[in-house]
Amino acid sequence: MDLTLKVWRQDGPGKPGEFKEYEAKGISSEASFLEMLDTVNERLVEAGDVPIEFDHDCREGICGMCGVMINGHPHGDQKGTATCQLHMRKFNDGDRIVIEPWRATGLPVVRDLIVDRSPLDRIIEAGGYISVNTGGAPDANLIPIPKPAAEASMDAAACIGCAACIAACPNSAGQLFTSAKLAHLNLLPQGQPERYKRTAAMVEKMEEFFGSCTNHGECEEACPKSISIDNIALMNRDYMMAKLKDRRKFGQR
Amino acid sequence: MTTIGRRNDTKPARKLPWIVEFYRSDVAKKWTMAVSGIILLGYIAAHMVGNLKVYLGPESINEYGHALRDLGGHLVPEEHLLWIMRIGLAFAFAIHVHAAYALTRRNLAARGKVRYDAPREYLVANYASRTMRYSGIIVLLFIVFHVSDLTIGTANPEHVSGDIYSNMVASFERVPVAVAYIVANIALGFHIFHGVWSLFQSIGANNETYNKWRRYLAWGFTAVIIGGNLSFPIAVQLGVIS
Ligand code: SF4
Ligand code: FES
Repeated sequence: MDLTLKVWRQDGPGKPGEFKEYEAKGISSEASFLEMLDTVNERLVEAGDVPIEFDHDCREGICGMCGVMINGHPHGDQKGTATCQLHMRKFNDGDRIVIEPWRATGLPVVRDLIVDRSPLDRIIEAGGYISVNTGGAPDANLIPIPKPAAEASMDAAACIGCAACIAACPNSAGQLFTSAKLAHLNLLPQGQPERYKRTAAMVEKMEEFFGSCTNHGECEEACPKSISIDNIALMNRDYMMAKLKDRRKFGQR
Repeated sequence: MTTIGRRNDTKPARKLPWIVEFYRSDVAKKWTMAVSGIILLGYIAAHMVGNLKVYLGPESINEYGHALRDLGGHLVPEEHLLWIMRIGLAFAFAIHVHAAYALTRRNLAARGKVRYDAPREYLVANYASRTMRYSGIIVLLFIVFHVSDLTIGTANPEHVSGDIYSNMVASFERVPVAVAYIVANIALGFHIFHGVWSLFQSIGANNETYNKWRRYLAWGFTAVIIGGNLSFPIAVQLGVIS
């Protein structure tokens, strides 16, 4: 299939960028979106041009590197998948595809389609972990966990940190990501001791970089892992608790 | 430096009262918007229901107005309780507007200047949710007029304090006022349609079993309130109330 690509090119952080048009002829409909870009890049290199820089790693929807805006849809117009899982058969011969990096003040462009997602790491560092004492590995089933709680936690843990939620949000809010990272720990027994400290720290770190949620729900639609905005409600509740609760009574239920 | 005996981990030293520290956070501002929103929604509902008395005739609604002034009966001097409620309402309103203003500024900064080139088709964000700030401003401006028209009376030359019925008729007989009232109420409708649904999310009242009811509640509440409110200018214009 023959395509026309309109791609954002930018030499480096803070540099001015512009859209460039590329012809992509004879692309296999079996190719994934990233393979299509590979093909275009090979031709650019052969022609002595600078290839289009884009992030990618696993190419199977688990690393969260590959997010780009495709025709105004984060990760393309296919629900519940990352860019690397999108295939060219979803497009038609002769299509014109606009490919842009995520746009948000908290996610500055590094080069072409690559943005700096390190604010997400800063949020995780603020509390997205469970402190454990060293020692022998505990038996896996030592702490009983109710099945629905384990499931809900796993659903939240599916977040791959791709930042599509922030890119899709009209407010560039980081709520879906942060709430997913909070929920997968806060729903489990192991997460309880640090639950409220974690919530306050991560929410406040998030607010240093991103906007605030107005409950549009766009993030949930954009998310390649279909993380639910129910997690945001849990985060809001836990944040209030973090501010209200008497921390000396954390051991009590 | 650790001060021995000071339990830093259990009682963090606070510079300002916790509510002020709390309000600094965006999530807390959303809480504030939700809670003040609930107060305002309660007021809107009571306001609409009270005004329905206009259909029962002048005595009924004028008596209702008097009863409001006389809240608390013989226990408190006249109008005192009403003023406490008015101040509470004004406070809820002011903080709702302030939080909205602060969050909007933050969000615009977070969004940055560069927009997506491809048209963004919003998938689930609806018209109501994306126009909250505009519908909010329309309602705000309208309330200024509304209070000076029907409460204080400066915007209505025929205003007679206490004669709610005639004031209402005199006000809505003017076509531009009736039209403004209808437009403002439609804006209010969009505003509360998103607000009623959204406030549950902001305060974390999220429960799988009841989640789908939030949408129905938003539809129902908006339809009843706005339907009631719109009926007043229409009834005056049609001569049902005169
Ligand atoms: S919540 Fe979804 S969209 Fe947001 S970072 Fe995680 S996987 Fe990506
Ligand atoms: S390349 Fe890893 S998620 Fe797409």
